[in-house]
Amino acid sequence: MITKRIIPCLDVRDGTVVKGKNFTGLKEISSPVELAEYYSGNGADELVFYDITASSDGRKIFTDILCETAKNVFIPLTVGGGINSLSDFDRVLKCGADKVSVNSGAIKNPALIGEAAKLYGSQCVVLSVDIKRVNGEFAVFAKGGRENTGIEAIEWIKQGVDRGAGEIVVNSIDTDGVKGGFDIPMLKAVCDVVNVPVIASGGAGKAEDFIALFKEVPKIDAGLAASVFHFGEIKINDLKQEMRKNGILARI
Amino acid sequence: MTVIVDYGVGNLFSLLSSFSAIGEQAVVSSEKSVVLNADRIVLPGVGAFSDAAFKLEKTGLKDAVLVAAKNGTPIMGVCLGMQLLFDKSYEFGEYKGLGLISGEVRPIAEFTGDSLKIPHIGWNKLRIKRKHPLLKYAGEDNYAYFVHSYCAVNCDESVVADTDYGTDITAVVAKGNVMGCQFHPEKSGTAGLKILKAFSELKKGDL
Repeated sequence: MITKRIIPCLDVRDGTVVKGKNFTGLKEISSPVELAEYYSGNGADELVFYDITASSDGRKIFTDILCETAKNVFIPLTVGGGINSLSDFDRVLKCGADKVSVNSGAIKNPALIGEAAKLYGSQCVVLSVDIKRVNGEFAVFAKGGRENTGIEAIEWIKQGVDRGAGEIVVNSIDTDGVKGGFDIPMLKAVCDVVNVPVIASGGAGKAEDFIALFKEVPKIDAGLAASVFHFGEIKINDLKQEMRKNGILARI
Repeated sequence: MTVIVDYGVGNLFSLLSSFSAIGEQAVVSSEKSVVLNADRIVLPGVGAFSDAAFKLEKTGLKDAVLVAAKNGTPIMGVCLGMQLLFDKSYEFGEYKGLGLISGEVRPIAEFTGDSLKIPHIGWNKLRIKRKHPLLKYAGEDNYAYFVHSYCAVNCDESVVADTDYGTDITAVVAKGNVMGCQFHPEKSGTAGLKILKAFSELKKGDL
């Protein structure tokens, strides 16, 4: 059977990898090319490359770095950030991306999901959703978690799958950067309504958080994190040994 | 030199990078003469079977691949490229493949029911059924990266390796000089690169 995937996420701005706490307070870590190559050879099952630049100059730098990175990455590579049109899909797929993650672009134009799925296949289209609890409801946030769209998250995800999204990334703003564990209730709520792979994001602080995620939400397919991997607080190979000890399938 | 057949289906960047990483000279080409004179041929493919089969035929590359197959050139299909090697597929209808390996392509869901997510996407373990030069560097504990909703069946005599996804999914097939991987060796880390390495060492007449 398929293994549970462990996915480091590289947030890239101005050509470097960054990771903030609750989407603010950016800090420089390392060269994306080097970091991606390291992960590719050290147990990562997949990489997510996220463009967090806003300017068109930044976009050009990101695209160049992506092309350079993809040459030395022999595991699946998902690219997100600034994906607003089919030409953005084309731009990153040509650089060697395997999947493309849409977030705000799909909120602005939900038809983009279906158009991309038709052209590139559902397996290529990842719907990434930033979710925060507002008055006890799961609300979809846009613009890197800064703007409440007022859209109810579970319904949005269901619609996204119907439109053709082949995978969902659930990023809990409530647990992101806090390192207190994944947002189990939110992830359960999503896994209950879709039958495509769901990737958990936001909240990983230690290996036990991943163990709890996979045990408490059996339908979850993957755990994603950034800083705990970049800073070496969790070594992916050690994490996978720990997963296996706990009866969770892991690729080693 | 290894030739990756470009018939307008799928992204060939990763395959090219993978061969480069193992020191094998590879080119992407849509020229019949280049395919006919290749030392080895990789037939890639993503998307729908019918569309790929149509494009392969329309470009004339189908004939080139068939002639090369007859001449003993090692040929490896990857993902949909593997599925195209079979007699036919039942993806959105019934379509003819290259007929180089006996068998057919059917929806995974026919065999797994609703219990498992489709597509079969992620890392799954290869179970090697018989020895084959393509797997000469492979160990027992090899995981490969799969992304597909259809699988090859009725091809037992050609199966080299399979994987478990609620049912036995054909993972590696071979018949003479024609072989295929359902998974993406170019996305399967070191295990995948070892398969590409073994393939790049095959010569016309070896199999």
